[in-house]
Amino acid sequence: MSDKISFVRTEMLEQKAPPASTTGFVGWARANLFNGIGNSVLTLLSIYCVYYVLSGLIPWLVSPTWKAESLTQCREMIAAAGKHGHLACWGVVRERFIQLLFGFYPPEGYWRVILALVIVGAGLAPVLFDKAPRKLLIVTALFPFIVPFLLWGGLIWPYVGVLLGFVVGYFVLKYAADALGDLLALIAGVVSAFVWWIFLSGPIMGAIGSVLPIGLEFVESRSFGGLMLALTIGLTAILGSLPLGIVLALGRQSDLLIVKALCVGFIEFIRGVPLITLLFVASTLLNIFLPPSMEFDIIVRVIIMVTLFSAAYMAEVVRGGLAALPKGQYEAADALGLDYWKAQRLIIMPQALKISIPGIVSTFIGVFKDTTLVSVIGLLDPLGLSNAIRADQAWNGIVWELYGLIGVLFFVFCFSMSRYSMYLERKLQTGHK
Amino acid sequence: MSTGQTGPNTVIEDGDVYMTTLTDPPRESFRLSMLIYDTRYRSITIQVIALLAFLAMCVWLITNTLTNLESRDLELGLAFFSEPAGYDINQRLIEYDSQDTHLRAAFVGILNTLLVAFLGCITATVLGVVIGVLRLSKNWLVARLMTVYVEMFRNVPVLLWIVFALAIISETLPQPRDFRGEDAIASMNLFDSIAITARGFYIPEALFTRSLGDIHLFGDSSMRFDISLDLLAFLAVLFAGLFTSKLIKKRADAIQEATGARPTTWWQRILVVAGPVLILLFALGFYLGMPELKGFNFSGGTFMRNSLIALWLALSLYTAAFIAENVRAGILAVSKGQSEAAAALGLSSGRTMSLVVLPQALRIIIPPLISQYLNITKNSSLAIAVGYMDLTGTLMGITQNQTGKALETVLLGMMIYLMVSLSISAAMNWYNESVKLKER
Amino acid sequence: MKKSVLFGAMTVATLAGGVVSAGTLDDVKARGKLNCGVNTGLAGFSAPDANGVWVGFDVDVCRAVAAATLGDPMAVEFVPLSTKTRFTALAAGEVDMLSRVTTWTFSRDVDLKFEFVGVNYYDGQGFLVPTALGVTSAKELDGATVCIQTGTTTELNLADYFRTNGITYEPVPIETNAEAQALYLSGSCDVYTTDASALAAQRATFETPGDHVVLPEIVSKEPLGPLVRHGDHQWGDVVRWSYNAMVAAEELGVTSENVADLATGTDNPEVNRLLGSEGSLGEMLGLEADWAAKVIASVGNYGEAFDRNIGAGSEIGIARGLNALWTDGGLQYSPPFR
Repeated sequence: MSDKISFVRTEMLEQKAPPASTTGFVGWARANLFNGIGNSVLTLLSIYCVYYVLSGLIPWLVSPTWKAESLTQCREMIAAAGKHGHLACWGVVRERFIQLLFGFYPPEGYWRVILALVIVGAGLAPVLFDKAPRKLLIVTALFPFIVPFLLWGGLIWPYVGVLLGFVVGYFVLKYAADALGDLLALIAGVVSAFVWWIFLSGPIMGAIGSVLPIGLEFVESRSFGGLMLALTIGLTAILGSLPLGIVLALGRQSDLLIVKALCVGFIEFIRGVPLITLLFVASTLLNIFLPPSMEFDIIVRVIIMVTLFSAAYMAEVVRGGLAALPKGQYEAADALGLDYWKAQRLIIMPQALKISIPGIVSTFIGVFKDTTLVSVIGLLDPLGLSNAIRADQAWNGIVWELYGLIGVLFFVFCFSMSRYSMYLERKLQTGHK
Repeated sequence: MSTGQTGPNTVIEDGDVYMTTLTDPPRESFRLSMLIYDTRYRSITIQVIALLAFLAMCVWLITNTLTNLESRDLELGLAFFSEPAGYDINQRLIEYDSQDTHLRAAFVGILNTLLVAFLGCITATVLGVVIGVLRLSKNWLVARLMTVYVEMFRNVPVLLWIVFALAIISETLPQPRDFRGEDAIASMNLFDSIAITARGFYIPEALFTRSLGDIHLFGDSSMRFDISLDLLAFLAVLFAGLFTSKLIKKRADAIQEATGARPTTWWQRILVVAGPVLILLFALGFYLGMPELKGFNFSGGTFMRNSLIALWLALSLYTAAFIAENVRAGILAVSKGQSEAAAALGLSSGRTMSLVVLPQALRIIIPPLISQYLNITKNSSLAIAVGYMDLTGTLMGITQNQTGKALETVLLGMMIYLMVSLSISAAMNWYNESVKLKER
Repeated sequence: MKKSVLFGAMTVATLAGGVVSAGTLDDVKARGKLNCGVNTGLAGFSAPDANGVWVGFDVDVCRAVAAATLGDPMAVEFVPLSTKTRFTALAAGEVDMLSRVTTWTFSRDVDLKFEFVGVNYYDGQGFLVPTALGVTSAKELDGATVCIQTGTTTELNLADYFRTNGITYEPVPIETNAEAQALYLSGSCDVYTTDASALAAQRATFETPGDHVVLPEIVSKEPLGPLVRHGDHQWGDVVRWSYNAMVAAEELGVTSENVADLATGTDNPEVNRLLGSEGSLGEMLGLEADWAAKVIASVGNYGEAFDRNIGAGSEIGIARGLNALWTDGGLQYSPPFR
């Protein structure tokens, strides 16, 4: 065998490094930032914008004024540090941060607010996340009673009374269903619950309360303020508006002409007027519309109006969910012989609501942001409180620090919620395709 | 059941009819329980109950209101509308002074609401489309910046943005007095025609030496309204020009369709639009009234107050973030095959966007756009935070304060907002119908 | 299930919101708290401090009434009210009294059915301008841009003043004082107009107060005072005389420091009647005999309250001026306690 000269290379050639201009940062920049004249101009423009904003913002943020007691002190400190121009005065944040969070809530009760928030979180977790333990559903059922008790305080018994009303209604509904049929049982359940609330709950719970005075210190809703007020209004409104919104959405979809007309009228009216006018109604007109014996304080009136407001939007979201459901589902429910309410409860609503959750979350973000409007009618939410703080002689003249802080507070809440909603949208999408 | 059918269906239908006649129950007399158990009557029962409940609630509310008003010794009435308002309004589209009536003040407010809503809708749409498209840009930095923009504006309350915008304008821009003197700190822009100050923007106004005058509507009443004949003439000529230009385009299209060659028409089209307009302006003796620094302020020109600018800016920027998201969603919803097909036809990326993708995306974008327009209109009521005198500032603000007629002013204000909202959504829905894909 | 949130809140609300009945004094005593409407924030007159405790000159009037009726100056629920909501809140019984720099005018008294019980601050509308403008009189303000705090009598006075003087102006209406001040300082308006007291209060907090001057013209009469609803005369009397007790105490030389000593009895029968060691004035009002002593012990006499909040003892440093006692050439004057 003679030696063969191999013309075919048998071993692989060493891989060459790609040209320097296509790898690393340079390559990435060429591909993403400078591919073409237009793009290059845009990139340079953007870099300039970022530089302009940051060069103004960062020196302003870095300001040695954390310990200042007043604006005058801030100015002295800035001058003492040898800096010039407008710098932030952080003393106001140090002094008033707690107030911006809790308003005038008694400091010894802050744990109640935090606990309430934790319970709300725990109660919502099984609804919002699949992976949350199912046992938390008990919290979901109970938190509407625990949270008001924690926030407002007073004796525990009235809250128990309200809770028992639902229990009474439920048992009547359950045991009367066989004897009376669904519809009558429902009516009987609702009536018995109301009988309990109106006639029995008060005296019975009052009697228990006089024997067993268990409770927390009562806190007037006027003490609510700051971010806590915004959260209270926002969360109560959104949770209250959900059932109302479902009813309105069903009413709007219904074949019953008058019911439909009433629902459409309500929804379109609320959606047609600005929230601020509804708040004017809450602050100036609601106690003209209601009998003198039904006096609510201003925060509860605001909560009622914001709930009605968000219910109209919620109804539209739920209607979207109902419309997105394939028609086969309705027909399948009919084919199984389910009546209207059973079909809604067992087939339609669970699916429609699941589709609507992103919409519900974004409605909530909207309502939460809109709670800042209550500052216009004199409630001390973060924005309203910032005006009150600026009326303090020590801080008269502060502008940016408070607006910035409030903006950041809202951003943190709304941004995390919108991220959640996006996560959910992705999850729902893969579930259907 | 249709009757005109033939074939096997008929047989089955006949059978159906036969069966039903057999099992048809004997006519039963009406019993009260049927109102609940019989589905035929149940819906009527529910409706009647709902109606009665609704009426009862109305009666309850009205009696409460009347009793409360009586116990507080207050009277209902709109007589206050004809009394002099007593306060001044700075930014206004129609003439008004403090001796005019409250009704006139409310009218000024409505026009101001419409003005800022209109301006806001236009800028928010333009900004929103640009940002939405840029957010999908391949330029990494630009796309990221636009995301930051959208998240920043969407997640902070609009009220905060409004007060923030006013603070920025009034803190950073120069004062009128900075324009004074030899070595002034600030100077006017664009050949001394525009003055941007902390108090607002002064821009040139259109004036005519041979003006046609005004039409005075509604005589001397509170709703009196002047329409400039010059403006009307200008608009008429402009629209006539645009219409002719469209005809030329149509003709060019037809020729292109028939022969494949497109005649050059751009100069014709510019001529028919611009020519008559220029002739008209010359005939009327058009000149620009420039703002000039006099005393404390600039005078002459059109003045847009900082409150209007702040509100307009904040509403546009805020709503643009939402519109950008709608636009992005709309573009993403156009199937990728469309842009690939456009690329295969050799269209540039810009033309792909404007000729292929956007027109299709538009159908998805418009319905949410309508609700964004409504949001702008409703959010414009936050004008009170910056002292822009819109409907909430006049009728539901100072007028309510001076007269103490809370019930009348607030309800009336709500009705007006409702009418504005309904008209906008009606108009936009009509437009939506017209651009909708015609399906069979 | 979630319906109950609203329900729970409503139950609590019905517990919290009281029922308006005929006698406000009885309501207040039964409730153990006085509901008092104040400004949402006006330096020197009412503002919450870092602990959420309200302080200010108007606030002290509320505290005086609480001390007289309940014996505890801290037993007050302060209800911050905007200019829009203040009258409806009072009319609806949400607050028992309003002490919110409110001008006593004919129409508010007669048409809106309120009873002004006195004037705790005689004010007038003034103009604040930067000295750099070189203006010495309001009549030179032709064409100026004027910042106004809206929802008050201020904008009507302003319109009238410029109209009668035949000069023009650009009004800039602003909801809150803090906002108006920011606009003025940034130069968005040439002039800031509101009650002269507030102008002085704000000027004091400026970075360089010397660069700003309050013009000599006072273009209106602004008698600011606490008010209650028409129709409940007993309650009106309680508020009126709680306030008068502060003024009378200054006239008689009673201060928060010496009130405890004087309350045991003095040679001056009017002091004795005021502080309850003689006569039965408290009983006539439906209050304890030492009601006025409690008022003075808690908030001090008129002069002390003035000094602490807006006068020389504060950063604002307003001179007494019209608000000096009548014996010192001012207008503050209490009807005799007998």
